[in-house]
Parts: sequence; structure tokens; C-alpha cells
Amino acid sequence: MNNPVLPQSLKTNPQLDRWVRFNADRSVTVFSGKVELGQGIVTAIAQIAAEELDVALERLAIVPGDTRCSPDEWYTAGSQSIEVGGAAMRLACAEVRQLFVEAAARRFEVSPTELRVNDGAIELPGTDLATSYWDLAGEVSLARAATGAAPPKPSSAHAIVGTSAPRRDIRAKLAGAAYVQDMELPGMVYGRVLRPPAQGARLKSLDQAALRTLPGVIGLCVSGSFVAIAAAREEQAVAALETARGLALWEASEPLPEPGEIAAVLTALPSTRTITSSRHTPATSAAVAWREATYTKPYIAHASIGLSCALANFEDGKLVIWSHTQGPHHLRAQIARVLGMAEDAVEVVHRDGAGCYGHNGADDVALDAALLARACGRPVLLQWTREDELAWSPCGSAMVVKLRAGLDAAHRIVEWRHEIWSHTHIKRPGWGEGVNLLAAWHLDPPLAIPPAKDMPLPAGGADRNAVPLYDFPMHEVAYNFIDTMPLRVSALRTLGAYANIFAIECFLDELAAAAGIGPVAYRLQHLGDARARAVIEAAAAAAGWKAGGAGKDARGMGIGFGRYKNLSAYCAVVAQIEVAEKIRVTRAVAAIDAGQVVNPDGLKNQIEGGIIQAISWTLKEALQWDRERVTTRSWGDYPILGFDEVPQIEVVLIDRPELPGLGTGECAAGPTAAAIGNALWQALGVRARDLPFTPERIARAMT
Amino acid sequence: MAENFKLRVNGREHTVSAEPNTPLVYILRNDLKLKGTRFGCGQGNCGACTVLLDGKPVQSCDTPLWSAPGHEITTIEGLGSAEEPGRLQQAFIDEQAMQCGYCINGIIMSAEALLTSEPAPTDAGIAQALERNLCRCGTHLRVLRAIKRAAGAEK
Repeated sequence: MNNPVLPQSLKTNPQLDRWVRFNADRSVTVFSGKVELGQGIVTAIAQIAAEELDVALERLAIVPGDTRCSPDEWYTAGSQSIEVGGAAMRLACAEVRQLFVEAAARRFEVSPTELRVNDGAIELPGTDLATSYWDLAGEVSLARAATGAAPPKPSSAHAIVGTSAPRRDIRAKLAGAAYVQDMELPGMVYGRVLRPPAQGARLKSLDQAALRTLPGVIGLCVSGSFVAIAAAREEQAVAALETARGLALWEASEPLPEPGEIAAVLTALPSTRTITSSRHTPATSAAVAWREATYTKPYIAHASIGLSCALANFEDGKLVIWSHTQGPHHLRAQIARVLGMAEDAVEVVHRDGAGCYGHNGADDVALDAALLARACGRPVLLQWTREDELAWSPCGSAMVVKLRAGLDAAHRIVEWRHEIWSHTHIKRPGWGEGVNLLAAWHLDPPLAIPPAKDMPLPAGGADRNAVPLYDFPMHEVAYNFIDTMPLRVSALRTLGAYANIFAIECFLDELAAAAGIGPVAYRLQHLGDARARAVIEAAAAAAGWKAGGAGKDARGMGIGFGRYKNLSAYCAVVAQIEVAEKIRVTRAVAAIDAGQVVNPDGLKNQIEGGIIQAISWTLKEALQWDRERVTTRSWGDYPILGFDEVPQIEVVLIDRPELPGLGTGECAAGPTAAAIGNALWQALGVRARDLPFTPERIARAMT
Repeated sequence: MAENFKLRVNGREHTVSAEPNTPLVYILRNDLKLKGTRFGCGQGNCGACTVLLDGKPVQSCDTPLWSAPGHEITTIEGLGSAEEPGRLQQAFIDEQAMQCGYCINGIIMSAEALLTSEPAPTDAGIAQALERNLCRCGTHLRVLRAIKRAAGAEK
């Protein structure tokens, strides 16, 4: 029976023993479907569990993302891990605690309300009556469905939630083996994949016999246009890959669309137009003037420091894959489908990888490793190359955003039209029909590349955050969905929110300037949401906001605001910049309202990181391609922000412990981009509307 | 053809057998099981695989095995362990200077070289020493704080 109050994760995985286990050594293990991506979530979920169970953090272990035992919690994505995963863990643990307290009360013949739980001991204060979770484990079965009826603690009683508990994974990572890349199994070999030289190119011939005689080569998996090589030593696999590159003959493919300015590329492709959101309330005043502007964002790369990697092992007819996937259960189902295996014959176990900012090559490489392990009958640790990481893993979709505002005589916005041209922003394995794994499309016979389907509002895909949070009496969001994707795209941190917030918030500054009203004041004139107003005011105050027109001294201050997905955390960012040959962000001040904060330092870390990554996107990043392939192949082709380029950052947290926790991992990106764009106006008096703001673009905008 | 090479790593002698052009990073990780050195790009561009050769930071992905004998190699494991972290590792723990952490060990090795030659570096000096280290999660400010903290701890 589904209780409507249960968070999605508990509805999908109602059994309490799927969440909590008491161990004979008086420790507790909790199981989570949310996985560590570098965002500190494992620490935060452990805090929530320890808080509700009333056990010391040190006593509690957490097993994230293991299909053998962890709950299926969809993907670790969309800033949902605290909102949904944390909420489910909280309710499950509260119920477990209640069941044990009731059992103790029966044993002591007292009321449950008289008992206290203290680090797992259940005591009747003022007496020596005491038992514990472990003593009662035989009496209380957790093989039962959660009801959601046990009330979690009020925030006023929190002792662990709300504290900056140190990250649980730091020490191991600073010392030695800690990532999937570091795993070893007896008899393990090293794998590499030879990708086609161009997108869609088909393998015509490959001298497999020659490859098999190379030093150390143990096995090959060649099927259709999929080529993987296993060798006894890693450098031998790398050398064999290079030899294979020379031996393989390929058939050319359909050309990619001509590269060029994003607005020209995207609007030239066929699209279907849908109104995805509209609002029409009786106008209090009529529009007498209209303004419009068009903003663009290029295709951008995840560009994680580590490469996609997986370890696959067949044993007794069962396949186990260790992977840095965001969705172990989805990956398991998709791989079982490709390999023609029963789903329960495949297990996916999460192991940490390098930073994950969305759907990267983690899932693809898991299938690569499984295919090669099956072909050569050995455990395979397979890792991608940097070239393939940039060229073959999904990237973030490019976007064109055209905004048009109708203004009344008092310069108030009374009409707002937001029109998008973009592709899907999600094409994960398990999202929509078919199999979204790269190798599956290259095998013989190939699986068809499934049709693209974007995420609908309210969360939205390309139109994430396109619906204005401002109180405009009329708005309309039109989405020109482009099915033809020159580059392989899928989910990258914020989906469409980065470009939409960038566009909305820069356009608001343009309108404010035209109205002769300060950017902060103009926003507040159109904004009734008290929490939204509070973060804007807090960021402006902390930054020492100075209203001003277009400056001429090459220094500027700008603001941007957004509530991520219009559902998650509120965030305002003020950026200060200096422009010489290039733009330098010297200071960023962010104010965040994420409701109840589980781990303040962890949240600050996410905001600092989100701001720095967004500065990098905004100033530097764009994937390049030609008619055949992605031509971005190395860090030299894809510079990111360096240590000599990072600003000072201050983060103001507006803690609201009485309100539900809101996801924060992605909230800073859009506001940061807009703040930089608006600061550029103050600094130079130019409106830069095409990302990234490279020196060439700025020079062009100034002429 | 594989040849034998004698390496001195973290104060210990090892003999390894591999093809002479093998990048040192694979030897450290796979032969000597020193997994704390991360493989990032294999192009010498990101700094994740930074180790010290006679105290100087090098990218072990583009350091061939044949060039390593006769030098003192230091990896992150030579600075401390999870149980007994070295001063830089401890400073990174104290500052919680990590998101995914994949770049951090390479950064610590660059910082170790810096602090040896310049015990009280300026902010600009630290940024310069990290010129060849990339971080994608955006942990830069904590990293800079941690290095300054480690430098201060030396006084």
C-alpha cells in the first residue's frame, strides 16, 4: 500500500530492512540509493540517519548504491539527494527507532514516551532499566513496510543534523586506493576501447590476428564497430589501442552540421515548437513598449579530472560491475538487456569516481567493461582515454534563448515571452525508451539510438527555470525542441537552468537600465516571494552593493538570482569583475536559502564549487566540432579555470531549520553567469549575450 | 621488450620489469600498488598524477620508466597515511579541502615541493606552483587555505 505522504524513494523501497540494519558488533548500517559524486552526500545522509536513530555517527556505516542491498533511488541527480533521499532516510530511521522504543516499552511495561535513546541504548531515565537496538534485534523485525507514521525529530532537537560533520571519505582519498580506478581483482586485466574516428563511422576491417600477437594482449571484443582490447598490463593495453587505431579501416558517416555560432546552428535545424508554460492574468496595465534580446550557450563538457572507468567480473554466471554511475539500478537493467541476461544476474556496485556533474561516460564504460570481460573470461578494469572522455561522453546541450518583454508606461514588465531552441537535456540509461549506452549502438547487431525525450516541467529540461519566478501577469515559454543532435547530449549540472537564468537575469538588467532603475530595486519591484527577496537583499548587503550605470573603468559589479528548478534552493550571487585583456572575477558573494541545512560546511563547499565551475563555463568553455567529429580532444583544447583565476568567495547561509531541506548542488550556476554578464555591462558598457565571454567575444561586442 | 629497472620510491628500493617507455604512473599504481597517484589525462596536462622526482614535481604520466632510476621518487603515500597523515594531508582534512578529491593528491605533491623550497609562500606563489594542476569541482579556495595552513604549521 502506498502512503501518499511517503517520499518517492520510500514508495519504491518500502521495506525498512532495505534501509537499516543493526549488526552484531553494535554498529548500524544504513543503505542509500544516493551515491557520492564528490558532493559530500554520503556524509549528509549518514548525519540524517544517525540523528533519527540516536546513534553516534562513528557507529554508523553507510552503503550507497549497491544493487545487491541498497534501495533503488532512481539517479543521484537534480539536487534531489537531500530533498528525496534524505527525506526517505529520515522517515525510515524515525520509524525504526519508534518500533524499537515500543518494543522496549513493552518489555519494561512503561509508556514509549518515557524512554530515551542514547547512542543506540534505550533507557528509562532515573532507573537502570536499559536495553538497546542490538539487544532487541531478535524481537523487532524490520522486514515490514514503512508507514511514514513515525514523526521525525523536530529540528530543535537536532544534535547531528545542522553540524559540519567532517566528510567520511577524505582520509582514504588522501592516502591511497579510494576510487573505482584503484580496484584490483585476482586475474584482472586492463581494457581500452577503440572508438570510431568520426561520429557514426562504421568499422570496415581490422586485422584482429595482428592485434592478438601484440605484447600482453589477452583478448579482444570486436562486434560491429565496437572494438575493445584487454592486456595483461595497462601500458600494453594503451600500446595495443594505438596499434589498433592504425590497423582499423572505417567507412565514413553522415556529416555533422556545419559548425558556427550557436544561434545559427540551432535555429537552422528542424524543430517542433511547444508552449510548455503560460500564464495569463488580467493585466492591470497595458504594454506600451517592447524589448527583446537573444542569448546563447554552447555545448559544454563534463570535463572531470578522472576518466570514466569500470571493473567488470563474471563469476558463476553472474556479472558484477563496480561503477561510478549515478543510477546503479537503471544501469543494471540496461546492461542486462544488452547482454541478454536476467536482471538479477547483474549487480552494479557503486564505487567513487572523479567528480561527476551529470551523465558522463560512467554508464557507457560499465557496458564496455562487461562486454570485454565476457569476451576474454577475465575480470576487466576498463578506462577511457582523455580524448574519448571529451569527444564521446554526452555533453551539455547548447541553447538559444530569445526573450521579449512588454513594458507598461511605468516600465513594469507586463508581458514576458521566453523562447528556447535546444535539444533534450537528459538521455540517461533508463530515461525514456531503449538503451542509452554508447557501445550498444556500435555492436552488431546495433541497438537503435532511442528517440530523445526531454524532462517535462515543473523540473524541466531545456526549459528548467524558464518559467519566471517574478510576478509577471503574463508569461509564455515556448520550446523549439531539436531532435537532430550534432553532438551527443545528456544531463549536465543544471540542465537548461544555467542558460535560462543567465538570459532572464541579464535581460532584467537590460530592462532595469532602460527604465533607469537599479538592478536590485527593479528585481524587487517584480518579486513577491519573501524568500527570494531575502537572498537578493542578503547578497547585495554582504557584497556592499552599489547601484550604478554602465561604468567605464573596467570594473563592475553584477547580480543574478534564481530558485533552482523554481522548487529547490534560492540563490543570489553578486560578482565583481575586472576586465583587462580578459575578464577576471575578483569576488563573488552568494546568499542561499536551502531551508534546513544538514551540513553547513558541505553546503558552502557545494556553493563555492558551483560558483567556480560556473565562472569557468561562463568565461572559457565551449566544445568544438567539424563536419566529422568533436575536435575538442585535450585539456589544451578545453581550458578550465585555474588556481590563479579564482575569486574570493563569501557564502551567506540563511538557515531555516524549521523548513524542509532544499537541494543546493546546482543552484549557484545560473546566478553566477548572470552576475558576470551584468558586471560586464557595468565595467565596459557592453551587453555580452553569447557564452562563453572569451576575449574575442568581448572585443567583438565592444565594436 | 621488458627490462628490469631499480626504483627508489618513498625511501624503499624496488625492482620492476617493464618496457622502458612505460609511463611511470602505471608502474607506481599497478606494480608497486601505490594507488594514491591518480591517472587523469595521460597528456601531462592536468597534474593528477604529479609525484616528486628528487623533490621536484613531475607528471608521472609523461615520465618514462627508463628516466626514473637513480632518482628519489616520492608519492602521496610517502607523505603519510590515512591513520597518520602528513602535514599537508592533515591540513586538507582540517580545511575539508575536497569535493571529489581526484585532483587533490597531485596538488598536494606540487604543494610539498613548493613548501620545501619556499616555506612561507605568498598566495601568488601558491597559485603559480599549482599552474599545472587542474581542479574541476571548484575546491580551489579550500586548497589554497589548506596549503597556507600547512605552511603555517611549520613555524
